[in-house]
Amino acid sequence: MAELVLNVNGARMSVDAPSDEPLLFVLRNRLNLTGTKYGCGEGQCGACTVLLDGRATRSCLTPVAAAANAKIITIEGLEQQGQLSAVQQAFLDEGALQCGYCTSGMIVSATALLKNKRNPSDDEIVTAMNGNVCRCGTYPRILAAIKRAAQHGAEGASQ
Amino acid sequence: MSARNEFEREFFEGGSWTPPGGWQLDRRGFLKLFGGGLFVGLVSAKAVAQEAGRNFGDHALPKDLSAWLHIAADGQVKVFTGKVEVGQNIRTSLAQQVAEELRVAFDSIEMVMGDTALVPYDMGTFGSRTTPTMGPELRNMAGAARQMLIETAAARWNADAATLVAVAGKVTDPKMLRSLSYGELTRGENLVKIVASDDPFTPATAWKIAGTPVPKAQGRDFVTGKHIYPSDVVRPGMMFGAVLRPDGFNAKLVSIDTSAAEKLPGVTVVHDGDFAGAVAPHRLDAQHALAAIEAKWDVPAQPSNRELFDVLKSGSGNGFGDRGQHTVGSVAQAMETADVKAEEQYTVQYIAHAPLEPRAAVAEWDGDKLTVWTGTQRPFGVRDELVQAFGIPAENVRVIQPDMGSGYGGKHTGEAAVEAARLAKAAGKPVKLEWTRREEFTWAYFRPAGLIEIRGGARRDGTLVAWEFHNYNSGNAAIGTPYNVPNQIIQYHSANSPLRQGSYRSLAAAANHFARESAMDSLAHGAGMDPLEFRLKNLTEPRLIAVLKAAAEKFGWGSAKSTPERGFGIACGTDKGGFVATCAEVAVDPATKKVRIRQVVQAWDSGAIVNPDGLRNQISGAIVQGIGGALFEQILFADGRIQNASFGQYRLPRFSDAPQIEVVLVDRKDLPSAGAGETGIVGLSPAVGNAIFAATGARIRSMPMAPRTAAPGQAETVFKS
Repeated sequence: MAELVLNVNGARMSVDAPSDEPLLFVLRNRLNLTGTKYGCGEGQCGACTVLLDGRATRSCLTPVAAAANAKIITIEGLEQQGQLSAVQQAFLDEGALQCGYCTSGMIVSATALLKNKRNPSDDEIVTAMNGNVCRCGTYPRILAAIKRAAQHGAEGASQ
Repeated sequence: MSARNEFEREFFEGGSWTPPGGWQLDRRGFLKLFGGGLFVGLVSAKAVAQEAGRNFGDHALPKDLSAWLHIAADGQVKVFTGKVEVGQNIRTSLAQQVAEELRVAFDSIEMVMGDTALVPYDMGTFGSRTTPTMGPELRNMAGAARQMLIETAAARWNADAATLVAVAGKVTDPKMLRSLSYGELTRGENLVKIVASDDPFTPATAWKIAGTPVPKAQGRDFVTGKHIYPSDVVRPGMMFGAVLRPDGFNAKLVSIDTSAAEKLPGVTVVHDGDFAGAVAPHRLDAQHALAAIEAKWDVPAQPSNRELFDVLKSGSGNGFGDRGQHTVGSVAQAMETADVKAEEQYTVQYIAHAPLEPRAAVAEWDGDKLTVWTGTQRPFGVRDELVQAFGIPAENVRVIQPDMGSGYGGKHTGEAAVEAARLAKAAGKPVKLEWTRREEFTWAYFRPAGLIEIRGGARRDGTLVAWEFHNYNSGNAAIGTPYNVPNQIIQYHSANSPLRQGSYRSLAAAANHFARESAMDSLAHGAGMDPLEFRLKNLTEPRLIAVLKAAAEKFGWGSAKSTPERGFGIACGTDKGGFVATCAEVAVDPATKKVRIRQVVQAWDSGAIVNPDGLRNQISGAIVQGIGGALFEQILFADGRIQNASFGQYRLPRFSDAPQIEVVLVDRKDLPSAGAGETGIVGLSPAVGNAIFAATGARIRSMPMAPRTAAPGQAETVFKS
């Protein structure tokens, strides 16, 4: 067990956790941030994606100690003063979800993409998002949502 | 543990069924819950006749209520149903229908779903039954509530009820320019009405809220991470559990030593017969404890992929029960005179539902009362499993189903619920159990594998004369042919499935459509006819003809010829009240034989459309999900073990697999609404197979059609994906 201080969604949080415990479980089970999901535990589905210093990162494969010095943003941190980020709003506007279990990871991954690339092409979106699985098969709408967010200035990318 | 056929297939494929239990809440309980207002309950017409003239007073409410709604003094409407939301958007589309009949805003409806302590008994959410059954039931109830509110207003104003109208949550008297909101009308009242399930309701042509693209209910909670899925539930003092899994299917525990695990701090080890598990304050601690248990298992020899189809063909077993052979005319005679013949064998491998949220449950005991939060399509079915597992009365068990991370037919059962409850009982604390992806791949159940044999014959002009169709193991759904054939033999043969199998989106309809529509394509080719023309020549069902023509028109069928690099395929079918036609364009790289689905146009008719946006989402999603089973998904197994039990080894459809998709909706406002969650998946695989044939002349008769490597026992296909 180690006393770790994490910077999550702009707040300093201290947790007692084994240093090799995946960040995903620390977020979900010790910090009660359950918006980040477990899907596979091997970095193959993207449901657990969070931003580490702005980079889309699979929290299921990230030991918590490795995140101790990073700015961690989870799905819960994208909304600002009750205002959805451009990507969140675009997912709602396009109806880009069914069961919604992949949605957190999709939105966080898309946020990172749009931060690096303001106006990605369809191919660039597919390449960047191909590690995120939507088992309900909502890909065409998610693609449309990302394009919509890009067009609307992608304030979400400034996170 | 038995790994076979734990499902009564007939149950899922529409057999008759009577609910075993009633609903416990009496009038006093109802008043306690809500403190008055308007209550409308729904029973069968027969039960209403029996209850006629009876004043409910303090009597128990009728036992067979199938749904009910309550309007509170603030005008908020709560609707209670045992159906559950699993991503099919039924929470939204049912609320739309209630809002429509009740004449209130969509937002004033709250759907209370899948909580066995609060909602009337319901068999479960499957078979595309919610829209055609629960939809009309809720509409009836809402219509009755509206009428009762009008009568209440009439009594209060001493007016003629026929002169009053209900609009926008109010009863209005247009003549006297006065109105009362529903909340004002129900305040201080205890209005109870029990209605029959066959009253008339507002026709779809007059719909204002139903029939429109209302966005997903509580959508904001899903994009902000606030929605609580079953695996997100947290209880005070909650611990984490893990269950020891056997080395293979049908294994017997030979020996077990839990002493090392028991010494770990904070850990409770549970061992009872072949069941063993651990409970700890944190997830990893529970897993470490599990790793410290030394267990030896005896795994018996059992079939693998290599023997699969021989096993399925080698005689019926104790499967789901053979169906009688459907025979018309004489296939044998007709085949002798047929000019064009096809004699073909098709196979489909087991595939996994792989819901993105694996099975999860939180169990909490309070004395001999048990509450379990879990993801399931059958909350009452899981309640019954818990009743059986612990020998406690049904009223002591409450199962709560938060809207979950999908199911696709794969979450009918309560494995995680029962396991979590066992662990919680032993630990004396609430326990969360989340299955790992590997557990979900191994210890859930699969879409059945199947072998299908077909003999078909047609005259030179394309008229079908003979059709013989045998399905081994995969199932009975949509086994018949929608084409006019004077001589038919159709039969389902049950088998001893080597793997545990159960419901999957559309059941066997996807496999049966793959085989039938591929064989139809062979016959069209044999007759030298265009596949669309050949189908139309043998169809008279107007709804199927309509979707075929709609899909073909939007796709531009026939406007371009297939080439070795680019093929066009078409398929159609019907099941569970839905009609579908699918056109696919496939690109084939002649050098690498890599197949890519470039474009899919699918036309769909399921009667009156309740929510066109939700419907498009379902149909488009079914197409994408269908790509997996069509091209690359397959369970590899040997010696009682799954060999590709991870997302790294089991390929799922991804962004790069998704084609351009166009959904053409045929809105039949003159017809009742059918369910649309399943049948949209059946057209994709044959349309793609037929497109590959059009491009290359190779007919692929095994699903998946283009896997990375063929399953053992399956001929290597040349195509890759």
